[in-house]
Amino acid sequence: MADTTDALLRDAGSSATNGSVTSSAAAHRAAADGPEPQRRTSRPDRRQAIEAAIFIAPALLLFGFFVVWPMVKAVQFSLYRWKGFGPLVDFVGLRNYISVLTNEVFQDALVHNLIIIVASIAIQLPLGLMIALLLNRRMWGRGILRTIVFVPYVLAEVIVGVVWFQLLQPNYGAIDVMLDAIGLQGPEQGFLGTPQYALATVMVVLTWKYLGFAVILFLAGLQGVPEELNEAAQIDGASWWQTQRKITIPLLGPTLRTWAFLSMVGSLQLFDMVWILTKGGPANSTTTMVTFLITEGTRRSNFGIASAASVVLFIIALALALTYQRIVLRRDNPDFDTPRKKVTR
Amino acid sequence: MKRTTTLRYVAAAAAISMLATACSGGSDNETTNADGDTVITWWHNSNTDPGKGYYEDVVQQFEADNPGVEIRIEAMQHEDMGTKLEAAFQSGDLPDIYMERGGGELADHVSAGLTKDLSEATADTISKLGGSVAGWQVDGKTYGLPFSMGVVGFWYNKSLFAEAGIDTAPTTMDELYTAVDKLKAADIEPISVGAGDKWPAAHYWYYLALRHCSQEVLQSSVTTLDFQDQCFVDAGTSLEQLVAAEPFNAGFLSTPAQSGPTSASGLLATGKVAMELAGHWEPGVMQGLTEDNTGLGEDTGWFAFPAVTGGAGDSAAQLGGGDAWSVSHDAPDVAVEFVEYLLSDEVQQGFAELGMGLPTNPAASSFVEDPALADLLAVRDAAPFVQLYFDTAFGTSVGGAMNDEIALVFAGQSSAQGIVDATQSAADAEK
Repeated sequence: MADTTDALLRDAGSSATNGSVTSSAAAHRAAADGPEPQRRTSRPDRRQAIEAAIFIAPALLLFGFFVVWPMVKAVQFSLYRWKGFGPLVDFVGLRNYISVLTNEVFQDALVHNLIIIVASIAIQLPLGLMIALLLNRRMWGRGILRTIVFVPYVLAEVIVGVVWFQLLQPNYGAIDVMLDAIGLQGPEQGFLGTPQYALATVMVVLTWKYLGFAVILFLAGLQGVPEELNEAAQIDGASWWQTQRKITIPLLGPTLRTWAFLSMVGSLQLFDMVWILTKGGPANSTTTMVTFLITEGTRRSNFGIASAASVVLFIIALALALTYQRIVLRRDNPDFDTPRKKVTR
Repeated sequence: MKRTTTLRYVAAAAAISMLATACSGGSDNETTNADGDTVITWWHNSNTDPGKGYYEDVVQQFEADNPGVEIRIEAMQHEDMGTKLEAAFQSGDLPDIYMERGGGELADHVSAGLTKDLSEATADTISKLGGSVAGWQVDGKTYGLPFSMGVVGFWYNKSLFAEAGIDTAPTTMDELYTAVDKLKAADIEPISVGAGDKWPAAHYWYYLALRHCSQEVLQSSVTTLDFQDQCFVDAGTSLEQLVAAEPFNAGFLSTPAQSGPTSASGLLATGKVAMELAGHWEPGVMQGLTEDNTGLGEDTGWFAFPAVTGGAGDSAAQLGGGDAWSVSHDAPDVAVEFVEYLLSDEVQQGFAELGMGLPTNPAASSFVEDPALADLLAVRDAAPFVQLYFDTAFGTSVGGAMNDEIALVFAGQSSAQGIVDATQSAADAEK
């Protein structure tokens, strides 16, 4: 109980409390620094370290072969003009990077990625939160409703893509037929075939697919909100809305921030859904950075340019992730979270 | 205690060695088998009968005639084969006999030293195949023998044409426009095009360039990668005119070429549109897209791409492409003999009879039974020359940039000059 009120204080409180928490974390670090060097040199620790090394060696090797090595190779390829076979001979320095960064299609793709990041969070956060709060109440058919909301997320992305692709066909697709039945008419070239609507249409499908994931995460987070706080608030005369706004949502903070992070990373790497629905078209209106690099690499055999694009994508993703970690997720860092516990131990 | 530590090391070592074998494994290009026979590997894409069985019989026949030779067939689905071949080119560990599509792709393989020069060893076969071989020649040397070659043209639904009151197939662009108007008046969508996949849209520009540009201009542009001749802009202008006439199916910008009932081929096969510009594969694709496996059946018709008024190109010239057998650089000589056997009168006649493709050996032409394909074959054989698809001829890099820009013209977001500029700048990056 002491822990939860602690958490409540920290999360519900404004940034004013941040200062004191930071200083206590610093105190913790100072306190922990003292005994640590001694512990490291002790024998059982060294043996443990060797054992650990042996155990993680296979995983590390796999990681090295299949993650680090390809990354190093990608950087190497990005400095050459290379068709995918034969020796690397045509060294072009940073020319591939210049060609990627000045390519209008790539710039558009980057903008599309950013739009998808922002739109995913702006649409799915309030919508997911609303559904999670509703489904957290005791009501009839709650289990079934939860399942229904979650099912799209469990479906394979390819299947969802193909099904929506058929639904969205102009004239013969189910959506156009339904619109027709109520006297409306879809766009002449179809939702996916009209450059102005294509990205928004992709966004709708993505929302349908990934909303369930947000809801399930939020629901899990809501299970961590102690019932006592709600009861206490009710005794104090708070309405349902007030309880949600002042207690539940602030306590859900860490979950929301983690979800936003996952959503952001997913949006940056978006590929399958776009590829199935539009292949980046019509008229490049739905390209993403990954569809760009696939097109350049496997379709046009410009492996140098594709590698440069993948390095650019990696740097953008890494920069965004680190910034987010630094600024937003820092509050949820365990180091930050439980300073008092460790100090008292 | 000691034992467990040792065990751990053993486990770690095993993991490493497994990784090492995983990385080095998969090399099966031994040149002889246990009996000391020469082993040849052959990859092809006829993975369903009757083609699969036919090729097995052909191999048996060849092995019987040539003792001491074993041919190992790997029949794969077409896309799988493409992926595997790409990996094979990257590793340099190629099958002895494989399929080449010719053009820029082949030129790259040749310059990387992966493909065998067949000019002298197969001189007789090359002269028998005639002009078809042109797409597989680099600097006057032949690196592949085409075994199937088709041309692109309009496949149409005869009964829908009759319904709209079109009596004869269009032979000029003006007649095509008249036909489009008649079909629209009869409330029939005139043409389907899979612009979502880009290359079907690009074929329109290729053909218009073929009609506007002379053979000399085209041939020199393939070798010099120079597209400054006015005829290329004229081709784009004609294309803009065609797009402005709005003959295409609803949603054509996102329509796929061949997959599913709402693809361009599917729309034609199910009688939703009247015609589609496509290659010789179209009847087969349409058969796969209809429940009774007949495609358009009796209604299937074919006519060549119409003539353009004032164009410098020969209106009988056709756009097409095909598949050739190539031999990897280090393959034994008997592999070349087998490829020659594959193009012999006997093997090509059986190939034609089974409808596996359009034979390139003239002795086999009369064995093609399908009437629409026979029409197409007659046009192909009468053509002064068959221009290889531009994207294949120029290679994937230039071809991809070209196709993308042509698709933008279909979307109304680029121009005749835009196609030339995008193609030229992609070509300049290759030089």
